[in-house]
Amino acid sequence: MSDESVGGSDAVDTSRRKFLTVATAATGAVGVGFTLVPFISSWKPSERARALGAPLEIDISKLEPGQMITQSWRKQPIYVVRRTPEAVAALAKVEPSLKDPKSEASEQPKYAQNEMRSIKPEVLVLYAACTHLGCLPKQYFTQADPAMGADWPGGFFCPCHGSRFDLAGRVFNGSPASANLRVPPHSFESDSMLVIGVDAAAQGAA
Amino acid sequence: MVKSLHRSFVAAALVAALAVGMAAPVRAAESGPHAAWMDWQPGNDVTNTASLQRGAANFMGYCAGCHSIKYVRYSRLAEDLSIPEAQMEKLLLLPGAKKGDYITTPLSAADAEAWFGKAPPDLSLITRSKGSDYVYQFMKTFYADPSKPTGVDNLALPGTAMPHVLSALQGVQEAKFKVVEKTVDGSKVTEKIWESFESGEPGQLSAEEYDAFLRDTVNFLEYAGEPYKAKRLSLGVWVILFLLVFTLFAYLLKQEYWKDIK
Amino acid sequence: MAAATDSAAGKAGFRAWLNKRLPVDEFMESQLIGYFAPKNFNLWYFFGSLALLVFVIQILSGIFLTMHYKPSEALAFDSVEYIMREVEGGWIIRYMHSTGASFFFIVVYLHMFRAMIYGSYRAPRELLWILGMLLYLALMAEAFMGYVLPWGNMSYWGAQVIVNLFGTIPVIGPGIVEWIRGDYGIADSTLNRFFALHVIAVPFAIAFLILMHLVALRQTGSNNPDGIEIKARLNANGKPVDGIPFHPYYTVKDVVGVGVFLIFFCGVIFFVPTFGGLFLEKPNFEPANYLSTPQHIAPVWYFTAFYAMLRAVPDQQMGALLMLLAIVVLFFLPWLDRSPVKSIRYKGWLSKIFLAAFVVSFIALSYLGLMPADGLYVILARIFTAVYFAFFILMPWYTSIEKTKPVPERVTYHG
Repeated sequence: MSDESVGGSDAVDTSRRKFLTVATAATGAVGVGFTLVPFISSWKPSERARALGAPLEIDISKLEPGQMITQSWRKQPIYVVRRTPEAVAALAKVEPSLKDPKSEASEQPKYAQNEMRSIKPEVLVLYAACTHLGCLPKQYFTQADPAMGADWPGGFFCPCHGSRFDLAGRVFNGSPASANLRVPPHSFESDSMLVIGVDAAAQGAA
Repeated sequence: MVKSLHRSFVAAALVAALAVGMAAPVRAAESGPHAAWMDWQPGNDVTNTASLQRGAANFMGYCAGCHSIKYVRYSRLAEDLSIPEAQMEKLLLLPGAKKGDYITTPLSAADAEAWFGKAPPDLSLITRSKGSDYVYQFMKTFYADPSKPTGVDNLALPGTAMPHVLSALQGVQEAKFKVVEKTVDGSKVTEKIWESFESGEPGQLSAEEYDAFLRDTVNFLEYAGEPYKAKRLSLGVWVILFLLVFTLFAYLLKQEYWKDIK
Repeated sequence: MAAATDSAAGKAGFRAWLNKRLPVDEFMESQLIGYFAPKNFNLWYFFGSLALLVFVIQILSGIFLTMHYKPSEALAFDSVEYIMREVEGGWIIRYMHSTGASFFFIVVYLHMFRAMIYGSYRAPRELLWILGMLLYLALMAEAFMGYVLPWGNMSYWGAQVIVNLFGTIPVIGPGIVEWIRGDYGIADSTLNRFFALHVIAVPFAIAFLILMHLVALRQTGSNNPDGIEIKARLNANGKPVDGIPFHPYYTVKDVVGVGVFLIFFCGVIFFVPTFGGLFLEKPNFEPANYLSTPQHIAPVWYFTAFYAMLRAVPDQQMGALLMLLAIVVLFFLPWLDRSPVKSIRYKGWLSKIFLAAFVVSFIALSYLGLMPADGLYVILARIFTAVYFAFFILMPWYTSIEKTKPVPERVTYHG
């Protein structure tokens, strides 16, 4: 037994030492990486969240022209409006006073990127969140509503910062919001059954 | 010195094992005589998808009328058992249920209590709380007993409120008992000891077919108790292989460094 | 220290900038490279670092479990099944935590046993041992409260039995029991406070005690299988001749231990997560039911030795007191051992027999605690309880009269 326990000087194979250090460290790092997978994926929407976020079927047979219902899908409020024929006809007239009349800078499925922003002219489906800062726009469907002025064509008004939208969810000039209200993916299973969350690629008019 | 130390601990471990071994048979004696049916095992395999599919159909057809598996979703079931959605909707979905729903039973707890005296338990975790063997043995040991309101009794759960719902398949067997007189605390009691089953009223399935039916059903319940079990086992193999590689590198590294130590 | 400053100064850029503000290199130098550990550590010396590893695993998996778990009577059981089935990767995290609990005790018991065979509790390491015992107590509290959280039927009845133990305290007992529960039975309030203690208070205490345990270890230095002080023989540089730098020698060695440990750990997680009902008991897959006690009620395996002692005594108060004493007596170990040598290697045959008998009694009691409390089991439990206490009570006698072997001057190491 010598007086020193560590005799590092005699013939240390440094390259082998280096290789094994790197190999062990790299394998360990890969292992840590694998271990992180369950932890990170545990933050994804769980199966319950996904089941609750399944497509939502709404029976709109009872929805009268000029009426609106509010539904919740994936924790977001959804507006479904049945527009009157007069309101549909009025949509073309307000175009000059809109920021994005053709919805080119706005978010909607392809089949809803038209003048009506809808599949069927009378049925409008919108995310009920102002594109400015997310408040709930209020319904002001009456034409020339005293609160909105004589030239008001009917539409939505956001109480938070005063953004105004027409009955296709298109934003008027002079509003703080710069994009039209968003349209969720939707389709019609039958004339009276609206499905939120399922795209209607085949039915959509481009 | 080190060796003698090790030897004394091996001896200690042996003594402990002996003590434990000595106590073990006592326990068996206390919990009643050991009967052949207690060894019956389903021999199921949760990685066998075909068996699970058959088991799911069995469960939905014969059990789901009264028993829920409230932690299992139809959609998840279809996905895990590779059942096409259309087929799942046609064959498994109970009336009124949506595919994202948990599998509950149409039987209300109040009705169940009125009819059976006890609400049928949820079976999501039955194989975990009682074991797959128990479920298998329970379903195999119904026998005719006219003194009971259901007309049957059971060896695994004597006095069960559950009727023999599979009697159309298994038939109703007769049980042969040996009557033994025993003296307990000074008073004489008679004890019935099960000896064998005799075929009684026949069912649609042969004994082997009935066993296979139960094997699939128990397999499905084991799946329902731990839906990720098949994945757990297959993933585990890779994890262990990976760790072996890591440990090998670590060992070589340690050996390399410890060359320094004299 | 001088070397540390030199090397830090020699490095330019970020490393130097950092070291001026945070003594990273100095810490490494003084705590890992400059810390000399005896070169003759054997297998038993892996379990300290492994205990630290399990602690980290428990904290990490525990944090993620709290993100999905609901500490309420109505939701707890369902939320655990939700984690197991509907949260992606949830079952791995939960099994990590449940398996980690049992492995924590396996590792800690082996670590404590190591201290007992090599006399690591002896002067000057009495406080190190006491800090370790406090850690063990905190771990017991942590494990007990954690076991209540899944709100299975065993959780419920386990809590019922353990909390009622406090009722055996004379006069104030019943009041204390009610105060712990916050209700007239084990209830939502009990579950909620156990949750708070389990995830915040006790882990903090454990982390603090681990830190103190490590600081105390650095102060005295590690013991070794020969039970001799390596600081007694220093070389020209003032370092122990029989010591080697902790880093890299023991860090690379501990990594091997980690690898082997993880093979066992993952083996359980992926292949036998319930470990035949020992790590996760069968009745706990049924929700808590205050109308139905499980047919056979026993705590998780790591408490069963003490549980067997409790049941071995026909008197409730005496049983609880005996159980308490079984743990308290461990604190006095440093003063009960009168042997002139520390390590079992050089102690006489009396010490070896008593230690072996102690191991047998602890294992046997652990087994008996899992069995029903009747007939031969109770008699065996009484015998082994007597053996357990004899190990401690007779220690001053047998360690002082026996003939010991001469202790070598240098550690035994066969490179």
